[in-house]
Amino acid sequence: MHSLTLKEMAAGLRARKFSARELTQHYLRRIETFDGQINSFITVTAGQALAQAAAADEKLARAEGGPLTGIPLAQKDIFCTQGVKTSCGSRMLDNFIAPYDATIVRKLHHEAGMVMLGKCNMDEFAMGSSNETSWYGPVKNPWDLTRVPGGSSGGSVAAVAAGLAPVATASDTGGSIRQPAALTNLTGIKPTYGRVSRYGMIAFASSLDQAGVVARSAEDAAYVLQAMSGFDPLDSTSVDRPVDDLVAGLNRPIRGLRIGLPKEYFAAGLAPEVRARVMAAVGVFEQLGAVISEISLPNAPLSVPTYYVVAPAEASSNLARYDGVRYGYRAQGVKTLEELYKRSRGEGFGPEVQRRIMIGTYVLSHGYYDAYYLKAQKVRKLICEDFRRAFEQVDLVLGPTTTDVAFKLGAKTDDPVAMYLNDIYTIAANLAGIPAMSLPCGFVDGLPVGLQLMGNYFDEARLLNAAHQYQQATDFHKQMPQAFR
Amino acid sequence: MSFSIEHIQQVAHLARLALGPEQAAHYARQLSDILEMVGQLARADTQGVEPMAHPLEMHQRLRPDVVTETDRREVFQALAPAVENGLYIVPKVIE
Repeated sequence: MHSLTLKEMAAGLRARKFSARELTQHYLRRIETFDGQINSFITVTAGQALAQAAAADEKLARAEGGPLTGIPLAQKDIFCTQGVKTSCGSRMLDNFIAPYDATIVRKLHHEAGMVMLGKCNMDEFAMGSSNETSWYGPVKNPWDLTRVPGGSSGGSVAAVAAGLAPVATASDTGGSIRQPAALTNLTGIKPTYGRVSRYGMIAFASSLDQAGVVARSAEDAAYVLQAMSGFDPLDSTSVDRPVDDLVAGLNRPIRGLRIGLPKEYFAAGLAPEVRARVMAAVGVFEQLGAVISEISLPNAPLSVPTYYVVAPAEASSNLARYDGVRYGYRAQGVKTLEELYKRSRGEGFGPEVQRRIMIGTYVLSHGYYDAYYLKAQKVRKLICEDFRRAFEQVDLVLGPTTTDVAFKLGAKTDDPVAMYLNDIYTIAANLAGIPAMSLPCGFVDGLPVGLQLMGNYFDEARLLNAAHQYQQATDFHKQMPQAFR
Repeated sequence: MSFSIEHIQQVAHLARLALGPEQAAHYARQLSDILEMVGQLARADTQGVEPMAHPLEMHQRLRPDVVTETDRREVFQALAPAVENGLYIVPKVIE
């Protein structure tokens, strides 16, 4: 059952080949059997899942519900789920039972009728590119258990790649959907900023954070993103604009589609084998009728330094709410209020979160604001202008998602700058707010390689269409890691 | 830019983070590396460029000034580490 597409699953449910209960039990059994090896879940919500499955079966029996009714999904533990622990991968929120549902949780489970299997492991507060900063321990890559799955949505991708969930939610502030999707052979999409509600998604850097999906194909991703997207008055940055039909356009031919290859994304630093797989994919797009040209995003190389001012600045402000008073971790044996704040935050946050809070505090402090924060916001504008100019010439931008395949656990944990450079190709899309996705384009020594597509604002349908057409011509995305078949 | 341990402790104080001496030394080295990387920004020519605070050019939406939230005080207080008679408890502030 775990090799079916979501469309096939929905058909199987409607044809009574299996029930939502059986489908859910199948995944719960797989989680029990395999998750000890990869640590992809923080919480498994078996009881709730079976209750939701029963409700879905009743709906299906009345021929009600939609294309996702009864299909299981894993939630990244950054999304608030009422009555269920929502830890954000942090000791700070280890005891936090969310008192409300995130909008996407309401939409996916209450409206679309999906079944929640549990909450996925992640880098602490989504800060990390390897899922090694989680309070709950690292996630292992199902393709090689000695390697990282990427991050911050490491639990979401590992669960889907290992067939412990058919699809999962994720979030992306600087690449946290696309980089882990690339390292685990999945299709992951970060939509346009404002397309999916951030209400109930625990905040990291609010001008960059965006929720999305990791799935086993562009088609699967399209169904789930469709159900998540849309205007939400509870999120002040949500965009009030109708959602395109993401599924209907998947089968459109892409003849004449203009694809630009930014030369900065193929410069020094890209592993030659990864480059070769990406260029082979470019060849497939050409065969499908796409028109390829070289473009330039001259300021893209500055996206990592820009991000490491903007994101920590926003994080230091967002994470000021964790004070040991109203909810979350509280240090014991403190005598003063200041000591309560400092020790609760000193003990409740891990090192990566502390580093980013300090960087943010520093760049926003008196005397440094202009040199760092204001400068970074100006460079952000330049990066955004690069994309505006690019999309005057081309429909989509194509490049690698990462410089290399998954690295070994522990290889970069003590070198933050080396870790940050993992996101060198993904961050620019967050800074500009444009939609972007990663999809499988081959293997190097048995490890997956990802291809990145970036689109203009609200062009999710075009991205998914191009990805789906590529996946009709290739079968990389259908490969599963041997040990989890 | 290179951070001294004293400087790190000052930033940690502003961020209300308790750091041990060993941690502070470790962070001093790492934060210096990070700021060195960030220093690449200086080479960008940003003369006359408007700073960009947000990806979408949008205005703050307004909504009617009416109560929309229900009173969930007890639910929220149940999450707090220490409450008494509906109040959040912290160490004594005034001597």
